Amino acid sequence: MLSYIIRRLLVAIPTILLLIIACFFLMHFAPGGPFTSERPPPPAVLANLEARYGLDQPLWKQLWDYVTNIVLHFDFGPSFKFKDRDVNDIIAQGFPISLTYGFLSFLAASSVGIVLGCVAAIRHNTWIDYFTVSLGIAAQALPNFIMGPILILTFTLWLGLLPGGGWNGGQWQYLVMPVIALSTSYMGSISRITRSSMLEVLNSNFIRTARAKGLPARTIIWRHALKPTMMPVMSYLGPVFVYVLTGSVFVDIYFSTGGLGQAFVGSALSRDYSVLLGVTILYGVLTVVVNLLTDLAYAWLDPKIRY
Amino acid sequence: MQKKTRLFVAGLLSSTFITGTAFAGGTHPTTGEPLADDQTFIYRVLDEHTSVDPQVVEDVSGSEIVRDLFEGLMNQDADGNLVPGVATGYTANEDNTVYTFTLRDNAKWSNGDPVTASDFVFAWQRAASPELASAYQWYIELMSIENASAVIAGDKPLDALGVKALDDLTFEVTLSAPLPYFPQMTTHSTTFPAPQKVVEMHGDAWIKPENIVSNGAYVLTEHLPQERSTRERNTMYWDNDATIIDKVVALVINDENVALTRYMAGELDRTEMPAGQFPRMSKEHPEEAISFPRLCSYYYTFNLSDSGPEEFKDVRVRKALALTVDRKIITENVMAGGQTEAFSFAPVATAGFEPPEAKMASMSQAERDAMAVELLAEAGFGKDNPLKFNMMYNTSEGHKKIAVAMSQMWKQKLGVEVELSNQEWKVFLETRGNQDFELARGAWCGDYNEASTFLDLMDSESGYNDGKFESARVDELLASAKTSGDTTPLYTEVEQIIANEVPIIPIYHYAGVYMMDSDVGNWPVNNVQQNWYSKDLYKIAE
Amino acid sequence: MFAKSQKAQDLAEDVASESVVKGRSLMRDAWLRFIQNKAAMGCSFVLGMVILFVIIGPLFAVWNHEEIDWATMGDVRGLGYPSIESGHFFGVDDLGRDLFSRTIQATQTSLLVGLIGAAMALCVGTLYGVTAGYFGGRLDTAMMAFVDILLAIPTTLIIILILVVAGKSFITLFLALGAVSWLTMSRIVRGQTLALKSREFIEAARAGGVSDTAIVTRHIVPNLAGVVIVYASILVPDMILAESFISFLGLGISEPNTSLGALIAEGAGTMAYGTLWQLLFPLFFYVTIIITMFFIGDGLRDALDPKDR
Repeated sequence: MLSYIIRRLLVAIPTILLLIIACFFLMHFAPGGPFTSERPPPPAVLANLEARYGLDQPLWKQLWDYVTNIVLHFDFGPSFKFKDRDVNDIIAQGFPISLTYGFLSFLAASSVGIVLGCVAAIRHNTWIDYFTVSLGIAAQALPNFIMGPILILTFTLWLGLLPGGGWNGGQWQYLVMPVIALSTSYMGSISRITRSSMLEVLNSNFIRTARAKGLPARTIIWRHALKPTMMPVMSYLGPVFVYVLTGSVFVDIYFSTGGLGQAFVGSALSRDYSVLLGVTILYGVLTVVVNLLTDLAYAWLDPKIRY
Repeated sequence: MQKKTRLFVAGLLSSTFITGTAFAGGTHPTTGEPLADDQTFIYRVLDEHTSVDPQVVEDVSGSEIVRDLFEGLMNQDADGNLVPGVATGYTANEDNTVYTFTLRDNAKWSNGDPVTASDFVFAWQRAASPELASAYQWYIELMSIENASAVIAGDKPLDALGVKALDDLTFEVTLSAPLPYFPQMTTHSTTFPAPQKVVEMHGDAWIKPENIVSNGAYVLTEHLPQERSTRERNTMYWDNDATIIDKVVALVINDENVALTRYMAGELDRTEMPAGQFPRMSKEHPEEAISFPRLCSYYYTFNLSDSGPEEFKDVRVRKALALTVDRKIITENVMAGGQTEAFSFAPVATAGFEPPEAKMASMSQAERDAMAVELLAEAGFGKDNPLKFNMMYNTSEGHKKIAVAMSQMWKQKLGVEVELSNQEWKVFLETRGNQDFELARGAWCGDYNEASTFLDLMDSESGYNDGKFESARVDELLASAKTSGDTTPLYTEVEQIIANEVPIIPIYHYAGVYMMDSDVGNWPVNNVQQNWYSKDLYKIAE
Repeated sequence: MFAKSQKAQDLAEDVASESVVKGRSLMRDAWLRFIQNKAAMGCSFVLGMVILFVIIGPLFAVWNHEEIDWATMGDVRGLGYPSIESGHFFGVDDLGRDLFSRTIQATQTSLLVGLIGAAMALCVGTLYGVTAGYFGGRLDTAMMAFVDILLAIPTTLIIILILVVAGKSFITLFLALGAVSWLTMSRIVRGQTLALKSREFIEAARAGGVSDTAIVTRHIVPNLAGVVIVYASILVPDMILAESFISFLGLGISEPNTSLGALIAEGAGTMAYGTLWQLLFPLFFYVTIIITMFFIGDGLRDALDPKDR
């Protein structure tokens, strides 16, 4: 097991390196640069700017400096847009925020989704089932970005219950709407996947055997059905986990939370190369780590899998 | 206005509230209006500011903060007139090439140090320094300070720049060319002083709230990127006793509709009006919906360079297209926020500017349309040989609406087939800057209140002349305007040439359209540049 | 010598005339299972109605999708509501353009985006996955490592960069969506191919001297069809959702063309201003398409992959 983990992590290093190279060149390929502006600076000023940020060097040299700085000093470079902050600052400030509301959304989506899915499967073909299924489908089919304005109108303007945005150190009032907005659609899909997986398990032979032996329904579900049900759910949760922790640009836009989602899309649009690369690397590392964790969880759920 | 959620915001703000101010609960010293207990002004900004370093800042939201944190030689009053700042006054030599500013002796930094002429020398040299590499180095060049270009290019040392501290309270600037409106330019943030000791101690991080030392009416106390920034009364400010607002909070809200919702919920004192919502809001909230002219122009530019389409080389085609754009529909139905129809490039509100008698402005739209059809037919385009071109704008809801409306006007009235393409901002700038377009959107806001800030774009040498319009006469007029005592007729003639040659289609002049809480006093609606200072505002008790 | 029995002779004749043993192919089985699935059939019907609406709707439209109704544009809230009289059956958008025609146009776009995006994923992913899986070895390792790297790049980044680099058009939109969606498909296909490769019938074919190309096209690809079609049907709503996200970022397709995502993003912005129809009509079509696609996808999976149930 340990050697498997080590092997996976070793493979991750060249993967991340290739990721850096791919993104670096993709980024520089996009038209415009960090200093393209409505008032293009005179050539002398532009030259000063490029010299200051090392953009006058050949691309391979920039890439080399970038990678060595990361390896030697864990320094991801300065932001081209925000003059008083570097990438480390921006990630240190935005990531905990994304992490907090992302993780809470993940918890909300998976716990509610799994419970709803199980209940629907256990009460198959009753009104509870139909109700949960339609709820899940509706949640999944609505484009998640319309949740933002709807929630703010309802809770801030009409009901006056919650502040319309901001983060404020993550106080609960500021967390409610982002978490609802982000978790809804995942909740829908998780409940649907759980339901169909649970149905399948409940129809399988070993559950029938357990029933035939006269085990109480509760024991059957808790002791026997739950674990195999989680298998397909797990493989869905892995990518969702990464996505929820990072890709919530619409939450940041609507709720002014200050997370990394906005920093990421903003840096792509303003060609803030270093921030874009820094966040991409973070996403890449997260993806690799979460994939590994998912596989380990698989092994735990399914004793047939051995690494 | 609903006040329900105020509770939360007020709660969070009062935690760091500075107590014991002179005006809370009193009356305004000049107007006599009752003042609110809570003198906190909260406004929305579209985007996170990029910096609050006076020499580095380049965006509007950053400049607004910098104007509160730092004070330059001169300030603007509510009408945009020049009033003393750190300098009590200035003298100029007879040909306007040497300006001498006298500084007040009671100006202090927030750490108690006096503000001296050497702080300005340091700041101005810093602004020109190739090492700092500020994007606003060009402003130092624009001010025509002696040796500016050489210093920026790194050919001369910083101290060659034409700025000198004659003594602690006398600051002298030498210009390479006479510039009658030079004092106006010292209200711009690039020229604000910087505290040498602090900058040298902390480097780029000197503007973080824990390090910053400033000389304006406020100090930066909190900055949560992409969320909010807070500035509070600077007790060391020389005119602190006259300052009424205690605390100013800028909330970053990217989405304008959400911002309006939060304004309606009482979380904000000021927000921008989404396009098209002004008529409704001014009906429902007449006290709060405000609109006033601004020093900005919205236009479309033809590509007249070699890479531009052959059709646009014909002035009749350009004129026909310009005539057909029904500006009234755009200002009244699309934007609907008190914008004014544009028939000249520089806004009519610009100081010392008189637009020429444009024939077009006095015609009715039907007459313009008829004339356009004729012109286009003369140029050889008609139903069987329709004019086709591509118009380009950068991605935004508002620009999209205007582009769609214009293309439909052309299509329905002239049978012109227009292909619309929108590009993401940076791509758009790159494409436009490389003359890789046919017709492209443009907008320009004045850096200072003088027509040259607009008309210089029409100079064939200008780096901002993306349409590559060339006219020897315009170049000549603009050059003589630099030194002339009476510039008004010169600028009028430039506009006349623009009206005849139609290198651009002016669409409208901007308006500041806000929802502003009726308890905010003294918002400078007459300041066309919208250089506002929180120290001049106050909150009225409700 | 074997005696020729009458029976054998009959059988031979029957086989020759292909009349008796009518083979029930896998596909026919699947089809039968699919039409027995009420939810899937109901949804197919509804989706069919939507498609029919998109096709014949323009015949009833009074305004086209780009024409501005100058009379209503000044007061969209007061005059632009849905009405039979004005000819704006679904009301008008913020600029006074007919929402009925725009919704039809948007639905066309979204359906096309979904179908073509999924089709691209299907073609590229299958080709890539089969190649990697069938030839195996170092090639497989390299090809899959490449996919893993691409999977680690955030989708949003790829989409933004493609749209930014290549400009906006239908084609780049399809490219952008196709570029991010084939990855998972290729992994699934590779896994299936690996499993198929070691099966007896493939070994038999190989032993019989059938060429690699023939094995892949005649034996492997047909056996992949089930999985691939199921996954592609799941991809269709994903593509439509992804397009709506792109529209939300303002990187969607160019005016005067529009998509459901773009219309919904516009409508969501103005929903507090008394013009709710601008949100509800496009949202209705959007949700209908997504939901029907879900159920059709489920139905296809049940039909094509019975052991999965």
